[in-house]
Amino acid sequence: MNDKGKIVTGLVIFAAVVTFPFWYNLGKAAPPPEVVLTEKAKAAGECVLPKEEIRTEHMKLLDVWRDTQVRDGQTVYINAKGKAYTMSLSNTCLDCHSNYKDFCDRCHAYASTDPYCWDCHIDNPKEGE
Amino acid sequence: MLELALKGTKKYWGLLVVLGGIAGVAFLTYLYQLQFGLGITGLSRDVSWGFYIAQFTFLVGVAAGGVMVVLPYYLHDYKAFGRITIMGEFLAVASLVMCLLFIMVDLGQPMRMLNVLFYPTPNSMLFYDMIVLNGYLFLNIVVGWNVLEAERNGTHYQPWLKPLIYLSIPWAISIHTVTAYLYCGLPGRGFWLTAILAPRFLASAFAAGPALLILLCLIVRRFTQFDPGREQIQSLAKIVTYAIIANVFFFLCEVFVAGYSQIPEHTDHLKYLFFGLHGKGVLVPWMWTSMGLMLGSIILLVVPATRRHEGVLAVSCAMVFIGAWIDKGLGLISGGFVPNPLHEVNEYMPTAPEVMITLGVWAVGFIVLTILYKIAVSVKEENAGVLRTRVVKG
Amino acid sequence: MERSRREFLKIAGASAAVGLGARPMIEAVAAATGHQATPQARVARHPDALKATRWAMVVDTRKIESAEQIEKMVEACHKEHNVPMLENERHRIKWIWETHFHNAFPSQATDHVSEHLEHIGLPVMCNHCENPPCVRACPTKATFKRASDGIVMMDFHRCIGCRFCMAACPYGSRSFNFRDPRPFIAEINKAYPTRMKGVVEKCNFCVERLAVGKLPACVEVSDGILTFGDLDDPESEVSQLLKENYAIRRKTNLGTGPSVYYIV
Repeated sequence: MNDKGKIVTGLVIFAAVVTFPFWYNLGKAAPPPEVVLTEKAKAAGECVLPKEEIRTEHMKLLDVWRDTQVRDGQTVYINAKGKAYTMSLSNTCLDCHSNYKDFCDRCHAYASTDPYCWDCHIDNPKEGE
Repeated sequence: MLELALKGTKKYWGLLVVLGGIAGVAFLTYLYQLQFGLGITGLSRDVSWGFYIAQFTFLVGVAAGGVMVVLPYYLHDYKAFGRITIMGEFLAVASLVMCLLFIMVDLGQPMRMLNVLFYPTPNSMLFYDMIVLNGYLFLNIVVGWNVLEAERNGTHYQPWLKPLIYLSIPWAISIHTVTAYLYCGLPGRGFWLTAILAPRFLASAFAAGPALLILLCLIVRRFTQFDPGREQIQSLAKIVTYAIIANVFFFLCEVFVAGYSQIPEHTDHLKYLFFGLHGKGVLVPWMWTSMGLMLGSIILLVVPATRRHEGVLAVSCAMVFIGAWIDKGLGLISGGFVPNPLHEVNEYMPTAPEVMITLGVWAVGFIVLTILYKIAVSVKEENAGVLRTRVVKG
Repeated sequence: MERSRREFLKIAGASAAVGLGARPMIEAVAAATGHQATPQARVARHPDALKATRWAMVVDTRKIESAEQIEKMVEACHKEHNVPMLENERHRIKWIWETHFHNAFPSQATDHVSEHLEHIGLPVMCNHCENPPCVRACPTKATFKRASDGIVMMDFHRCIGCRFCMAACPYGSRSFNFRDPRPFIAEINKAYPTRMKGVVEKCNFCVERLAVGKLPACVEVSDGILTFGDLDDPESEVSQLLKENYAIRRKTNLGTGPSVYYIV
């Protein structure tokens, strides 16, 4: 086949374009994010779930909270330790973590996720902050 | 066979570029709608469905209309239609692509579209509409493509296609029936709450679909080496004739029931459409135009001399198509929402961006149609060429 | 629902789902703090939550004297739920609003309505139908009737914005967010979420208030015009009112079974 040259050139260009993000970002690893805890969150000392769990599973927990709260009419969550919380992103989570730019967004930006919770849930429910 | 779409005349590419341009502008308009919300349309809390859903409804009809060439050929062995069944099937494919796009552009949260699958809800008519529309699209692509390929290879199509072909006939009826059920099962919308809505939809579908097909046949004959055939066009014309008469007849049945019973919930919508209500009536001239076009076309189609004259037939078909489009694409949806459940008259007219997006979807549909017809016509031309060489050699 | 149960158990690390969510809170807390071998998370109702099997509202039109009274209800509701005030009439969002008898009851309107009814407005809202056509139409179960108390609700997270429910509702009780509502909310109630563009919304009988033991916002400011309660409880105030007075409902001929009654 006399198209060999063309095919190889095409393949090389294709490979270069596809792998572009990898070599472009080579050696430029972003530092892991640091989240800021508000005074209220620090004072509380613990979250709804243990730290490691809430860090990796909070979206699933929120998903369940949402369905249980909206669809089943149950509003209270009692964690394994027996502590009761109102199942509300606006009034429970964001009450402590009232600094979503320095808390939620830090990790979300790092993980390149863009949840739109704040389109509806008020980002900072605390008065005068 | 796809390669056939890549070898075309300047006119072919020119048409695709123009359609692509319209689709491109429409896409940018759609991005604006996505960013702003459906507020850029003329819709309101009273008329919550408009141009998009109306086009969708009309085009489901055009898609279903394709069955009018499939049915006589496969069920009644009417050989003449064998030449053009592919045109009916590919028209259905293009129409369904437009239908699905119109639903998509009408959604407030299109990113969540798959919720219909994640949370299947069999009590919602939209659930069934999704099934029948996608099913019919699938059937037409599979059947159309394979039969055409067999024709190209000079073989008989695969036997497993036969059941799919038979299935596609009742399926065509089902798509428009279910689409009518979207409307006629809603309490409190007197204009739609009528058992004759589905038959009426089918009648207008079997008029508008084949009318468009006749126009397409005439265009194909003019611009390509393939002639769909005079007999074929005349047979389609008779189908259009009966269907448009049935459509007008069904409509008059509606007018009688509403007008003689004089139940306000039913008469008010017709009054609004044809005479205006509470001093408002933007659609009045449109509705009378539609009636005029449909009645005029009936005369032209019934009289044999005018039906047989292909120039006049083209005009009649355009009249049928436009008349049915106004009736379904403008009147039916608006008419059902005005007056609103609180008996207030809040009118609807599409806005410029809304019309642009609508044009864009039509453009995409015609791109699909042009490419598919190009392939089909090329196959027909090839075969004719093969025959010709055989004759010359023999 | 099945999926969330599973997810829930996974998160909670629980082994059994028996009685999940069904237990009253006190019992649940006792179990969790007490002598359970494997502690597990669970959900419960708020101890003060108001309970009913069929919530209903009675509007005593005889007590309506002025438009301001209804204005007050609208204001309380719209403030509580962050309902925006859009300039464009076509895009307006209404959970509860004032309309005339002729509009609320178009098929019952006659030329000789009582002088009182002729001169006042009526509050109208979602009727929380027993047999809601909107729920039948919704293709994603984003709008649903709560089995426990009959409230017809919206799950804004799930709504795809097809507006089938708006076509299905025979009362015009549903509104669509034609654009981002936030800039049009004068004073945001930070305890209640706003909505995003592209979803449908409507009156929710104040489920969020019932859940913590409060009556609906409109009822609280209604000067006794509105009464709220359980229709299945013969002793409830609404049942008593309906027993003693003749009340009508909107478009009963459609078989929807509205839960909002009007004493005329």
